[in-house]
Amino acid sequence: MPEVTSGDGDGGPTEGEDGPDDGVRVDMISGARMEGLTSMEKIRLILDGVREGNIVILEEGLTPDEESKLIEVTMTEISPDEFNGIEIETYPKSSSTNPGLFDRLMGKEDTQKLTVIGPANQIETLHKDENLISTLVSRK
Amino acid sequence: MGLLTSLKDSITRVTDGLFASEEPKRIGIYGPPNAGKTTLANRIARDWTGDAVGPESHIPHETRRARRKEGVTIERDGKEVTIDIVDTPGVATKVDYEEFLEHDMEKEDAVRRSREATEGVAEAMHWLREDVDGVIYVLDSTDDPFTQVNTMLIGIIESQELPVLILANKIDKEESDIQRIANAFPQHETIPLSALEGQNMDEVYEKIAEYFS
Repeated sequence: MPEVTSGDGDGGPTEGEDGPDDGVRVDMISGARMEGLTSMEKIRLILDGVREGNIVILEEGLTPDEESKLIEVTMTEISPDEFNGIEIETYPKSSSTNPGLFDRLMGKEDTQKLTVIGPANQIETLHKDENLISTLVSRK
Repeated sequence: MGLLTSLKDSITRVTDGLFASEEPKRIGIYGPPNAGKTTLANRIARDWTGDAVGPESHIPHETRRARRKEGVTIERDGKEVTIDIVDTPGVATKVDYEEFLEHDMEKEDAVRRSREATEGVAEAMHWLREDVDGVIYVLDSTDDPFTQVNTMLIGIIESQELPVLILANKIDKEESDIQRIANAFPQHETIPLSALEGQNMDEVYEKIAEYFS
């Protein structure tokens, strides 16, 4: 059974703490935990976890700009036979939830979307729609 | 009123003149690997300049560096636009060299291709954030468009408020499903085409002139 670590409050995931050899660690990181971090700190937090073989679940996801930087940084870290990249899944954004111009001008763009990120060689998406993300997670 | 109208006309003429002498807009051709981006870039460049942009291949990540074809002037229905076409590497969140081994490649070549592909994707993302004025987003209409890369890239393009034209490529193939792409991105117009066969290019050029002029 996978080990689940909650990132709520000040504690957050304990970095460098490995789970049992036969399990997969899942870090669930709350919006509050991510709120005070810079874009690069968020990306580091995610990639450090994923490179250790963990599944990272973000309660509120990343902004489009952060997603763009996450792809860019991931690419620079890919190394043959070591790290193939990431699998990332969010619920597809419904067009009805697009923010209006006023919300964007006021900085209220809604980026909150549950996001699952894992090592590309360990996580496989079985099904995804607007209400369900079903993934198969394998051990290292 | 007369003075105000005259002042307004003068300002309009000055601003029109400024925009007319602007540098050509850089239009990035984006999309997942193997969607036909380079085939499209070559088709546009050949139709309007006589030159190609880069080599095409059925092996993913053939384009591993962004390539720019400058000063391509497209005219349709009285509208004219001069653009720099930027053909970008296909965007992915993972690159596994073993995928290239399936295309009869030696391990050393596959590893090198994978390394170059990762650099190319990073470069493409950088161009998207910093250096393009508009996007042609190319999708293979025989593939499922509901992928995370497509969702994220369209989200990134929208957040940059860049004009985007979505093209459903490979309509010459039997399995092509244009409506599936239209359903995936209902907030944007979807234009069908076959870049390889040159099908529906008239509409593509009309839309390029409309969206990016």
